Amino acid sequence: MNKFPLWKNTLIVAVLLLGFFYTLPNFYGQSPAVQISAQGVGVKVDSVLMAKVESDLQANHLTPIRVSLEGDGLKVRFADADTQLKARDILDHTLNPDEHNANYVVALNLVANAPKWMRDLGALPMYLGLDLSGGVHFLLQVDMKVAVDKKLDGMLSEIRTELRDQRIYYDTIKREGQRLVLVFHDQSSRQQAHKVIDNLLQDFIVNDQGSAGDNEIVAVIKQESLSKIQEQAIKQNILALKNRVNELGAKEPIIQQQGLDRIIVELPGVQDTAKAKEIIGRTASLEIRLVDEDHANPTSLQEIPPYGDELVVERNGYPVFVKKTVVLTGDVITDAGAGFDSQTNRPSVNISMDGKGARIIRQVSRDNLKKRMAILLIEKNKTEAISVATIQDELGARFQITGLSSPKEANDLALLLRSGALAAPMDFIEERTVGPSLGAENIARGFHSTWIGFTAITLFMVAYYLLFGFVSIVALACNVLLLVAILSLLQATLTLPGMAGIALTVGMAIDANVLINERIREELRNGNSPGAAIAAGYERAFATILDSNVTTGIAGIALFAFGSGPVKGFAVVLVLGIMTSMFSSVLVSRGLVNLIYGSRRKIANLSIGNVKWHDQNDKNKNSKG
Amino acid sequence: MEFFRIKKDIPFMSWGKITTTISLVTFLISVFFLVTRGLNFSVDFTGGTVMEVATTHVADVNRYRGALEGLGFRDANVENFGTSSEVLIRLPLKKGLTSAKLSDQVLEALKVVDPQVSIRRVEFVGPQVGDELVKDGASALLFVILGIVIYLSLRFKWRPAVATIVANLHDVVIILGFFSFFQWEFSLPVLAAVLAILGYSVNESVVVFDRVRENFRKMRGVSVATVIDNAITRTMSRTIITHGCTQLMVTSMLFFGGEALHYFALALTIGIIFGIYSSVLVASPIAMWLGMNRDDFVQTTKKAEREATET
Repeated sequence: MNKFPLWKNTLIVAVLLLGFFYTLPNFYGQSPAVQISAQGVGVKVDSVLMAKVESDLQANHLTPIRVSLEGDGLKVRFADADTQLKARDILDHTLNPDEHNANYVVALNLVANAPKWMRDLGALPMYLGLDLSGGVHFLLQVDMKVAVDKKLDGMLSEIRTELRDQRIYYDTIKREGQRLVLVFHDQSSRQQAHKVIDNLLQDFIVNDQGSAGDNEIVAVIKQESLSKIQEQAIKQNILALKNRVNELGAKEPIIQQQGLDRIIVELPGVQDTAKAKEIIGRTASLEIRLVDEDHANPTSLQEIPPYGDELVVERNGYPVFVKKTVVLTGDVITDAGAGFDSQTNRPSVNISMDGKGARIIRQVSRDNLKKRMAILLIEKNKTEAISVATIQDELGARFQITGLSSPKEANDLALLLRSGALAAPMDFIEERTVGPSLGAENIARGFHSTWIGFTAITLFMVAYYLLFGFVSIVALACNVLLLVAILSLLQATLTLPGMAGIALTVGMAIDANVLINERIREELRNGNSPGAAIAAGYERAFATILDSNVTTGIAGIALFAFGSGPVKGFAVVLVLGIMTSMFSSVLVSRGLVNLIYGSRRKIANLSIGNVKWHDQNDKNKNSKG
Repeated sequence: MEFFRIKKDIPFMSWGKITTTISLVTFLISVFFLVTRGLNFSVDFTGGTVMEVATTHVADVNRYRGALEGLGFRDANVENFGTSSEVLIRLPLKKGLTSAKLSDQVLEALKVVDPQVSIRRVEFVGPQVGDELVKDGASALLFVILGIVIYLSLRFKWRPAVATIVANLHDVVIILGFFSFFQWEFSLPVLAAVLAILGYSVNESVVVFDRVRENFRKMRGVSVATVIDNAITRTMSRTIITHGCTQLMVTSMLFFGGEALHYFALALTIGIIFGIYSSVLVASPIAMWLGMNRDDFVQTTKKAEREATET
């Protein structure tokens, strides 16, 4: 009656062993580490580098715990964050003698200490949320109106160029909100224009209409094209952010889209949060425009720009008039790097452009030789010329900007060009920064309080239900084990509310065993034999246990559906905890009870506390609780 | 050891008027404070910036405040947090200033008056996010209530179902009332705690009414009150022990979990205490006054009947 078939026992043991295996990596913990990966062309991370790193560290009296080649990088583990920081600076210096042409990315990291074979089997420690690991979380809102306006302005430039090339005369071409309005002299030029622009304006609904008689063409963007522009804008911003974050050398950054127009950026373990904010927060976009050479340079910042021009300020503070017509936007720049001009050996920036960009820049540079071209950095409501250079030659897919004063300036410009290409500006709408010390404190506190609570419950359960109490506690411990194992296996993010969820799950899961134990006592009181009482107790309590978890489950699901960030972590733990507690409190504890009582022929009594108090004259021996 | 060696049923139902009156008064007081004082919503809901900074010595809050006033934050809230070397700064939303710049500015200003100061935590929530979190929070609450109503209506006839919902929702109002009266900070984790405890304590009423169902079958020719008294008395041991164990854990969080978990644990504590009280001593009298009788339980399908006798 109180024996499990072999398969059931095997299942329990197997599940617990698996649980133990996948929980194990958490005990190895994580070490502060310096991660070195190759950046330059032909640069290798190999045993030669490993030897160099080891000797470099030794020369500076720093001793790593372990240096190992893992995946595509070299990981150097240290005992504490202090040594890690020192080592990073030293290695960054020795491995990259030329700081403007770095061969290696030397980044701070936290790496799992579990043995390699374990990690190969997918056994990794739980993924710690930002409130536990420290780091920064940003929610950015993409300004979609600007993205669309920019696209439309780009379209206007194309139409202008095309009409001019075809020698079709127009009065004005302008954007009114999200409509393009083209006004022509007469009907014939409008008809001619149609032939040219209908091809260009496939994403628009083109109509002849307007207040100025019959000579207007109005183009309204199609809804699906609008969504496409927005989609592309957010994709491009995500790409730009990824490049920026790579510059930071952050480990496992999370950059993902949320909703239609938002981007989440999470940089766990980042210790230099100020720098992270500075780099992520650079909400700039780039435009290439021509300098107006027909008018003299403005002498003051207050000067009113001529029609069709805009006054912008150079980095050195001098104002300059640039044309409003945008030649190119930053999204055509595929790469930019600092280097030296082969002839003058002066610092330069090498720029690569995609096909569309190359075609346009070739034509524009041919038409504007010896004139100046400006690269504008547009931050929110502020435009700055980061480069104003004279076009010396016809430019192509690859060209150089020279005349920079220092390698540092070249480097800064290259970085701006590389990472500044946002399709639209972004606003920070949420920021959560947690310092590393607070993260560690949160872990300690969460762990501490769970442990104290668990001990208190243990003392009570053993005192109250004796052996059955002990069995319940073992089941409860298995519950925590399985919960942590599943969280590790799923690589779910553990947050502080998540830890609270584990604690709460423990406190709630004991309910199942209380139900069972109470039921067994009751069965005994009703005069059932101990063996029958165990069987009946477990079976009858099961329906109630199932029942009691339904409503908590409903709450968990609601929190998961509507919660965000840390609260979601809590919800995940709550729901998973319900499942693991069903397994451990029913199957594991029953398995244990079977092990203790199942093989005995005759059970005199159960160690579950005194149940015979109803009958004061009872002469049976009972354990007095 | 056994706490509850009760031989006779405790006449809970005869105290029904008192227990529900206590409940009603607490409920009304809670509503009163919620209406007059409202909740002290955290930055999650209101939007704004919270910064936790630490220094190596006892922090001079007044100098910090002065530094912030220098930046133009006259309405900044600066107070000690946890220990005397930690300071919590709350800044309201300010138009046209992004968080990245703001927290850097603040830190810079603080460094002038105290070079040892360092950032422990920054939370900035923009107005649009705050509004969404309020909406999501309300949706979650609605979802849980609906879910529980559907579950209960499948499980019981309307009288016990309505009684359970009334009793448990009044718990939620009372938790909120406490947060309003003491002006404790109402944050996202607190909301999570409220919802979790709602799901958890509804179950108590389910256990009692399950027992009532069983008793209606077994005990013939006795009053409804007697049936309920017996059901509560017999399930009391389990109720107290289970909730006691959960509370052991929650108490541990309350005292050792640090500031971050403090209000979370506090909401759970109030929820557990009032959960026990209301799901037993409020739900049952309400169900009785609604006219709950044998017909609410016994006249069920054969399957349900068989299940009920087994449980």
